Amino acid sequence: MSTTITYREAVRQAIREAMEKDERVFLIGEDVGRYGGAFAVSMGLLKIFGEERILDTPLSESAFTGAGIGAALNGMRPIVEIMTVNFSLLALDQIMNNAATLLHMSGGQFNVPLVIRMVTGGGKQLAAQHSHSLEGWYAHIPGLKVLTPATVQDAYDMVNLALADPDPVLVFENALLYNTKGSLDTDAAVLPIGKAKTERTGKDITILAYGISVFKALEAAEILSSEGIDAEVIDLRSLRPLDDEAIMASVRKTHRVMIVDEGWKSGSISAEIMARINEQAFFELDAPMGRVCTVEVPIPYAAHLEHAALPQADKIVAMARKILEES
Amino acid sequence: MNMDSTLAENFYRQMLLIRRFEEKCVELYSKEKIRGFLHLYIGEEAIAVGLMHALTPEDAVLATYREHGQALARGVSAKSIMAEMYGKVEGCSLGRGGSMHLFDKETHFYGGSAIVAGALPLAVGMALADKMMKRNRVTVCIFGDGAVAEGEFHESLNLAALWKLPVLFVCENNLYGMGTSLERAESETDLAKKAAAYRLTSRQIDGMDVVKVAEATEHAVAEIRFGSGPVFLECLTYRFRAHSMFDAELYRDKAEVEEWKKKDPLLVLLQKYPDINISKYEDEIASIIAEAVDYAENGTLESIEDLEKFVYSPEVAS
Repeated sequence: MSTTITYREAVRQAIREAMEKDERVFLIGEDVGRYGGAFAVSMGLLKIFGEERILDTPLSESAFTGAGIGAALNGMRPIVEIMTVNFSLLALDQIMNNAATLLHMSGGQFNVPLVIRMVTGGGKQLAAQHSHSLEGWYAHIPGLKVLTPATVQDAYDMVNLALADPDPVLVFENALLYNTKGSLDTDAAVLPIGKAKTERTGKDITILAYGISVFKALEAAEILSSEGIDAEVIDLRSLRPLDDEAIMASVRKTHRVMIVDEGWKSGSISAEIMARINEQAFFELDAPMGRVCTVEVPIPYAAHLEHAALPQADKIVAMARKILEES
Repeated sequence: MNMDSTLAENFYRQMLLIRRFEEKCVELYSKEKIRGFLHLYIGEEAIAVGLMHALTPEDAVLATYREHGQALARGVSAKSIMAEMYGKVEGCSLGRGGSMHLFDKETHFYGGSAIVAGALPLAVGMALADKMMKRNRVTVCIFGDGAVAEGEFHESLNLAALWKLPVLFVCENNLYGMGTSLERAESETDLAKKAAAYRLTSRQIDGMDVVKVAEATEHAVAEIRFGSGPVFLECLTYRFRAHSMFDAELYRDKAEVEEWKKKDPLLVLLQKYPDINISKYEDEIASIIAEAVDYAENGTLESIEDLEKFVYSPEVAS
């Protein structure tokens, strides 16, 4: 059945249903209980499940993330919530050196069925320690899976996909999406991890995006459409694994491609995607690839500066026009 | 503890196995059969043996990179440990871990962690799972004095004490974090006192006496199973050998090492139980080690085609 709810409600509903179905699932993180979650995702869950399954922790990202890993090793299905990706750096040792490596170091004996959810992205005037998009960094690491739900449907589905996975999955929720409304069909077939989704079909240029950038790309596609440019917009959904097949299929169709990535350009997931297209579909290209990324500054506080730093629809439109002119 | 001569002999045998195993590792390292980092447990054997004696097979153990002795005392076979160090598929971690990352599901031996203090949060989580699922199980986390300076140590002790989790924290205080002595690393060198600040039961014990370690662990494990929360045991000990095979030991006096060797855990036990038949155990252990080396030598190198195995779990049919 299809309902219209917010992204925040979709995540909450998925967590609630998973906890009702499976006693091994629990939520752990800073202020997830009494406070209701820093972004109110877990509001009300404490009342339903109690303090034994909605665990408020002290400010100790490394210990509670590591505790999630330990509980996962010991038969549980924990959901760790980290307030923002910037704070996850305090738990990076646990994520990189334990979650991502234990299966391999143990010769396949110990898997880590762990879900880590965290907030990513700028646009809230929270400056340089709350606003970064580091999901591309995490996508560098073998052993992890990196999901970036953009739609309400994916906000819901990806909690379930991550919980069903036998290995650590990181889910990046863009804070600006929490209030967006969309339709959720809990009976719809779920697109698996590693599959991209075409949000708009087109024949002139492929725009690859993930998270909130998908909506900016769709907005740009509408503007381009009024100029007679027919853009295809693909939601990558998963940064690790990347859906090479879907990316190359679209490149073969449009012969022009650009990427929208809220991470910085240098060493980014957009750079990785360009490299893969270069390796796998170079001769399909009619023009050099382009990308719109965050300007290489720590995110500033002032609204106009922050806006200028982040990818926006007008920049996407300009880049698309440039690529078309060059071909 | 009901200490009799049979148990004393068993303790002696296990400590001797660790001692001779480590000595063989040095020999094999110099022959370049074992590579990577190699950290020896010689001098600290009493802790692993006394500790494991007090655990049940269901309990979980997490250790550091100086963990051959703990793995052996836990019951991981000398053969599979040696094969691991040879990088062979027959190794306890299938050759993917090496000396620092021994894992064994059957004995609930969860590694082998080479990030100092990195396993403490895992131990907290394992114990949390046991508490949530109402399993009567203890998670033991072993680490060195160096870990006490790390943030993860403090975060973990705080969580474990706050939530009264069934964890036994065992600090092997051998007085040096690699080459940095305790007094050069800690403003408070009494580590048991430091741990007690988290309002958990904390004791300092003689880590050179296997009987004392076994007694203290039995006591601690009983308290934990009773539900009174985590316990911290600081075991005073000393490593007789260098930190690793790349250590010229410029940071400590030879006289200090010699002084500690007088407290060799094998000697301490023999002083209490002079009738232990040493030569019988020497012979038995020599053959166990010879067999382990033989097993490792004849082990299989994994096919390079399998290189990317164990990055993700095999696809599970849904």
